[in-house]
Amino acid sequence: MSEFFRIAWLVMQKDIRVESRSRELVYTTAFFATSCVLVFSIAFVRGGRPIDEAEAGIVWVALAYTGQLALSRTFERELSHDALRGLLLAPVERSSVFVGKLLGIVMLMVVVEVVVVFFVSLFFSGTLFKHVFWFSALMASGTIGFAAVGALFAAMLARTQSRTVLLPVLLYPVTVPILIAGVSGTVALIQPEPNLDLARFWLALTIFFDVVFLTLTLWTFEPLMTE
Amino acid sequence: MSLPPSNPDQFDFDRLTVSGASRVYGRRRALSRVSVSLHAGELVGLLGPNGAGKSTFLGLLSTLIAPSAGTVQYGERNAQTGGSALRRQIGFLSHELQLYPELTASENLCFFSRLYGLSDTESRVSVALSRARLDDRSHDLVLGFSRGMRQRLAVERALLHEPRLVLLDEPFTGLDERSCLELRERLFVLKESRRIVVIATHDLDLIEGLVDRTVTLSGGRLIDLADSGDSVRVRYREAIRRAQ
Repeated sequence: MSEFFRIAWLVMQKDIRVESRSRELVYTTAFFATSCVLVFSIAFVRGGRPIDEAEAGIVWVALAYTGQLALSRTFERELSHDALRGLLLAPVERSSVFVGKLLGIVMLMVVVEVVVVFFVSLFFSGTLFKHVFWFSALMASGTIGFAAVGALFAAMLARTQSRTVLLPVLLYPVTVPILIAGVSGTVALIQPEPNLDLARFWLALTIFFDVVFLTLTLWTFEPLMTE
Repeated sequence: MSLPPSNPDQFDFDRLTVSGASRVYGRRRALSRVSVSLHAGELVGLLGPNGAGKSTFLGLLSTLIAPSAGTVQYGERNAQTGGSALRRQIGFLSHELQLYPELTASENLCFFSRLYGLSDTESRVSVALSRARLDDRSHDLVLGFSRGMRQRLAVERALLHEPRLVLLDEPFTGLDERSCLELRERLFVLKESRRIVVIATHDLDLIEGLVDRTVTLSGGRLIDLADSGDSVRVRYREAIRRAQ
């Protein structure tokens, strides 16, 4: 088991190092997410007052679109020099390579989410921080589930020519439950009278989806990667 | 300089047998009933025109591509039963080099050394960089390397773990004369150390006198080179002409 996590850690470290040198993904996704928030802030703030509960939708829309951007580019990068084959040929459990890639994507998404949440709080009423712990837990579990499914699809589609079209077509229908649970849980938290029980229910649901998606992706990664 | 011995508990083999292997992509047949046997200590040239199925064949041998029909046996095991122990014995240099341009030469080799769980990463990497004549550029990003430098580094990456089966797709691409000669010498050393080496190339002059025998593909099928004593180039042209 320690070998599994050693490989996952190694792959994640490599991805972070590559990204820290190119800064391609972090800049693209952060600018895109910030633009999203800016556009929504113009649309949803009337007379200096934001529309109720708009923050919840904005945060999760930004997460979904930036996540998709990061996912497709992460695997394109592996493919551009056939490095994915190099990883798959290594004498390691292929699922550990998948977990390493997944951790790298999650780290990147977390960085972008911090930027998004900061701007949403700045332009809107800052209600996202009412219950920081529960909100962070919702975001973390939503990010893991979204990234797990997305990483599997992105890896599967990496060798196909129409991957940029196919990824959102496959990704969004499958991750809709996570996005719905995430938005609903966030809405429950930012009410004038926060409903913590309801937020916990939605959090439990996203964790359930995480478990299902992680199990399925770890189970199917190896056979799907053999051409 | 000699490398430390490999992990002793690994699976090893001295014969690779491809029996009636075919690979189909949709309606296109990339390989058709190919049968060939390769032995330890053998340097084999894999020849064929563009689209003949050479890359598919190398992918098949590397376990990255599964045959649609037929089998590939590594000693007593196949790709399924061999698993990661088998992959440890395969070194694959693809045409796309499998390096990370955003990492330095040293970081690339260190990453793969750790991925393969090799002991003495630092000394191995140092030896490999020295062989690639990149000692003085070890901390430079691969992004700034010429094709030849990348090629030399990629060869070392593929051989870092001392694999039994060495699969090289166009290994001479971008190499200058000195590097070509060094690589030829390296391949002879691999042969002497009883590796199974398969070199896919279009450069027939470079493999003249280097390979023990050739495996030639045309349209996904195996074709024979006449044993006429002529050069590889002459026999290859004749075989391709007959096949077409």
